[in-house]
Amino acid sequence: MNIIIGQYVPGQSVIHRMDPRSKLIAVFAFVIIVFIANSWLSYAVLAAVTCAAILLSQVQLRFIYRGLRPILFVIILTFLLNAFFTRSGHELFGYGWFQLTTGGLRQAALISIRLLMIVISTTLLTLTTTPIDITDGLESLLGPLKKIRFPVHEFALMMSISLRFIPTLMEETEKIMKAQAARGVEFSSGPLLQRIKAILPLLIPLFISAFRRAEDLAMAMEARGYRGDEGRTKLRVFHWGLRDTSLLILIFLLIPVLWLLRS
Amino acid sequence: MDKETIITIDNVWFRYADDAEDWALQDIHLDVYSGEWLAITGHNGSGKSTLAKCLNGLLMPEKGEIKVRDNAITDANALWEIRRLVGMVFQNPDNQFVGTTVRDDVAFGMENHGIERGDMLKRLEASLKAVDMQEFAEREPHRLSGGQKQRVAIAGIIALEPAIVILDEATSMLDPRGKKDVLDVMRRLNEEKGITVISITHDLEEASSADRMVVMDRGKVVREGQPSHIFMEPEGLVELGLDLPFTVKLRQALKEHGHIQLSDKAFTQKELVDELWTLSSKI
Repeated sequence: MNIIIGQYVPGQSVIHRMDPRSKLIAVFAFVIIVFIANSWLSYAVLAAVTCAAILLSQVQLRFIYRGLRPILFVIILTFLLNAFFTRSGHELFGYGWFQLTTGGLRQAALISIRLLMIVISTTLLTLTTTPIDITDGLESLLGPLKKIRFPVHEFALMMSISLRFIPTLMEETEKIMKAQAARGVEFSSGPLLQRIKAILPLLIPLFISAFRRAEDLAMAMEARGYRGDEGRTKLRVFHWGLRDTSLLILIFLLIPVLWLLRS
Repeated sequence: MDKETIITIDNVWFRYADDAEDWALQDIHLDVYSGEWLAITGHNGSGKSTLAKCLNGLLMPEKGEIKVRDNAITDANALWEIRRLVGMVFQNPDNQFVGTTVRDDVAFGMENHGIERGDMLKRLEASLKAVDMQEFAEREPHRLSGGQKQRVAIAGIIALEPAIVILDEATSMLDPRGKKDVLDVMRRLNEEKGITVISITHDLEEASSADRMVVMDRGKVVREGQPSHIFMEPEGLVELGLDLPFTVKLRQALKEHGHIQLSDKAFTQKELVDELWTLSSKI
């Protein structure tokens, strides 16, 4: 069985090799900066940055499309709502209650592009960074929160253990499904209510076994000397390089540039 | 005998609930010697796994004392050192794999014990090599077989340079090939590094190759000695719900048959075969 967790596409591009922390900060900042833009020119700058990032990542466009697909409906809906319910500028088309105006069209286009860029930039992050790197990066970035007793390390460990057990639990689900199917349970046909009912005998054994695993794992971790964050060293380390600093400078330079281009 | 005692178990009593009638362990006295391969056998519920979990303080006995190299397990300050000294491989290969890749998993124990990163990388490589898993360093657990996962677990333990490794039914979920690989690796570590092995198993075939074996029943040690001695009187073992090794069964059957005179010594496959084929040449 070959399971890909998350959307990560292996690669050797500059963006792949960047420190996950710089990518996380950059994407987070970008998502906020996008809201500064309100003129065509400022949008053109943002679009250029997004395109440059896609090119640098060397990720095939179909992977980006795959990441966009679930959100495409929301983008289209936003476009339509904005187009029909914003009334400014000239009227282009009118039929009774419906009105399409130039102002509405402009507003709809800008908001959809904004959404599109937000989704593309976050997709690009998950496409070029392994889930475990994102987890470790978050742990490192949120490190200062430990001072106010926020369990950063514990959350990161929970995340990484969940990532490690996803394939195991999927295998188990498949096994239980086959066992139930052998006893005549139909998972993929029949009326909806019946199919929902068929899920129950699947979930119960899965939950029981997950709890048993959790207990075993806790015991094994304790036997191997786990006692929380204190005095712990790390195998995985990050390398903050010149490219990481440059990326952040570039992103933060966008703020004054976009401010000047505002209309 | 001039054996060095590494673990002393003295008058140990344990029960799972404070008001339970049944004791999981009753009055256990046992010494484990440095460098030996000790097999602890018994059927399900005999207390063998409970005893194993007491040895590194995962369970605390209600009465009695356990000492690992003069550190009492009740001493909270020594507990982490004891857990470093006594490594444990559990039954289910999946449920003890913490890391997302082999490397991460082997490093987990070292990270917990605060081993400095440069040293960690060296030990990581050495211990993966010791269990023949160096080509799999970047693999995810779901792409490994059960035997490979157990070998990774062993690598994670020996990276901490322990004195004792407890195999708690570690081979019972493996196929014969995986089982052989795991036992071969352990045998090599036992011989080359002098690591003491305590193997908890209900498989008497596996126990028969130990230096010493202990048979447990209902929380008590009922027999203790060299496997060859214990298998000389196999009758009691069957009553305890244990399945005798094939060679012991065969020897018994031949003896009952009556015509063949066998010595009491032959109990490994090779010894029995040797004795059988030289049998008529003696006459």
